[in-house]
Amino acid sequence: MSASRRPIRLALADRGIDGVTLLVLPAALFVVLLFIHPFLYGLLLSFTPKEGGWLGNYTRFFSDPYMYGTIWLTLRIALPVTLLNIALSVPVAMQVRHMKHQRLLTTILVLPITLGTVLVAEGLLNYLGPQGWLNRTLMLVGLIDRPIRLVHNYWGVFISLMITGFPFTFLLTLSMISGIDPALEQAAATLGARARHRFRHIVLPLVLPGLAVTFCLAFVDAFSVFPSAMMLGAPAGETRVISFAAAQAAFEQYDYSYASAIAMIMAAVQFGFVGLVLMARGLFYTGPADGGKG
Amino acid sequence: MESALERLWRTLVWAFVIFLVINVIAMIAAVVVNSFGTRWLSSWLPAAFTTRWYVSAWKEFQLSDVLLVTFQIAGSVVVISALIGVPAAYALARRDFPGKPLVMVLFLLPLLVPPITFGVPLATVLYKVGLAGTMWGVIVANLVPTVPFTVILMIPFIEQIDPKVEAAARVFGAGTGRLFLHVLVPLLVPGILAATLLAMVRTVSMFELTFLTAGPSSQTLVVALFYSVFAAGVRAGQSIDAMAVIYMLSTLIWLVVALRFVNPTQIVARVKKAPA
Repeated sequence: MSASRRPIRLALADRGIDGVTLLVLPAALFVVLLFIHPFLYGLLLSFTPKEGGWLGNYTRFFSDPYMYGTIWLTLRIALPVTLLNIALSVPVAMQVRHMKHQRLLTTILVLPITLGTVLVAEGLLNYLGPQGWLNRTLMLVGLIDRPIRLVHNYWGVFISLMITGFPFTFLLTLSMISGIDPALEQAAATLGARARHRFRHIVLPLVLPGLAVTFCLAFVDAFSVFPSAMMLGAPAGETRVISFAAAQAAFEQYDYSYASAIAMIMAAVQFGFVGLVLMARGLFYTGPADGGKG
Repeated sequence: MESALERLWRTLVWAFVIFLVINVIAMIAAVVVNSFGTRWLSSWLPAAFTTRWYVSAWKEFQLSDVLLVTFQIAGSVVVISALIGVPAAYALARRDFPGKPLVMVLFLLPLLVPPITFGVPLATVLYKVGLAGTMWGVIVANLVPTVPFTVILMIPFIEQIDPKVEAAARVFGAGTGRLFLHVLVPLLVPGILAATLLAMVRTVSMFELTFLTAGPSSQTLVVALFYSVFAAGVRAGQSIDAMAVIYMLSTLIWLVVALRFVNPTQIVARVKKAPA
């Protein structure tokens, strides 16, 4: 009996499956049960609306301008913020990578991520308000003569997404740019390439694939903006984002089927953009960036 | 040799960094100053300073209860995710098995999909089984991103341990259980502490999942803060800011300790160590 069992165990062990491998099971099962399963359940639920055929929730969403408009309103915030954050992250990371006290700066920048969107929104309500320090400083300097309105509108949400989003894209970009072997740039410098050309022909091609992934992560995050759109924006008007519409359907109308449909539409838009970006990423170079020293 | 244009560019970039840092600090300072101020209308600073808002916020928002709930939830999340996350990370660091890339994707997805997107279907399932609205519902919901986070963060820490140490323990007859208890856990203490503290920070500041699954008696501090801001007008702004300061302290304590073990960049990315 043991003669017939041992070879199976050995054969499995050869393929990397033994007692140790099984340790991955509890965590994997947990994620399947509480992440994959709710997603599939939500997908099925979205096709069983309270009234109408199996596509009832989706036709309801796409025939109501107040509902399908949320996609555009959310994109209008999320896309510019993400692009701006990435455009700013690259030059800043290029300068900061040689900085001596890098850790102080990265620690300050990690604060808004740690504190979370709710606290940032509460802080900005004071800081950006008509009597806040920003408006006071701008008036003192003479840039404006009356307070500009920065809260309870589009710009409040935009600024809050910059405060939490920039540190995120910046820290990711910094870790990518620091991973490039300095010898590559030194070689180019020896051959007489100026900083601008070294960036254009060496650094940029190497970080572009990584930037594409950073864009995906940051965009998906910005597209699901929720607390700051409600606290700093105008949730009934120009910052009625799609996550708010989903939460409203679930907790004000108790229509979980419709809420699931909205969540699925939200996921579809996010995956759609990520898919497009990753397809474009296939066009860039994606090899090693460490100069091949291993 | 730098040209004038390159120097100008450098100055511009640094000016932006300084501007950004000043804004972040000023935004946080505005909350702290307001929480200690008596009356703050049309002036640079409040008329006078007081600590009474902390007393009133503590009573008004029942902060002792809220803090207790917050740390019960965060504590449970952290312990459970370490218990199932570290062994999984060990298996992924040490074994190559068919389907391993798929398992990695499985652990990466909950970290990449934003909480509000999977939170709505997750809350629906938790309501169906009757867990939502209870403390366990909030714990389970918060475990969904925290378990994969622990797994992904622990893998490099485990890879750094020389497999020969484990082989030696095996030679002397240690089973997997004793290997963990007497060899791996002591060696992994810095990694486990870092993962635990960062998971703590994430759970205390996780708004979306807690908001979607919490009932009145299972609210954490962030959700209570959100509701009090949203129902503003009834409460004094200073009292809300006093609560915000208490919330900041409750997250930053763990961050300060965690930063002794990890680099700030590691909080968002897995950084490759430069070869020695």
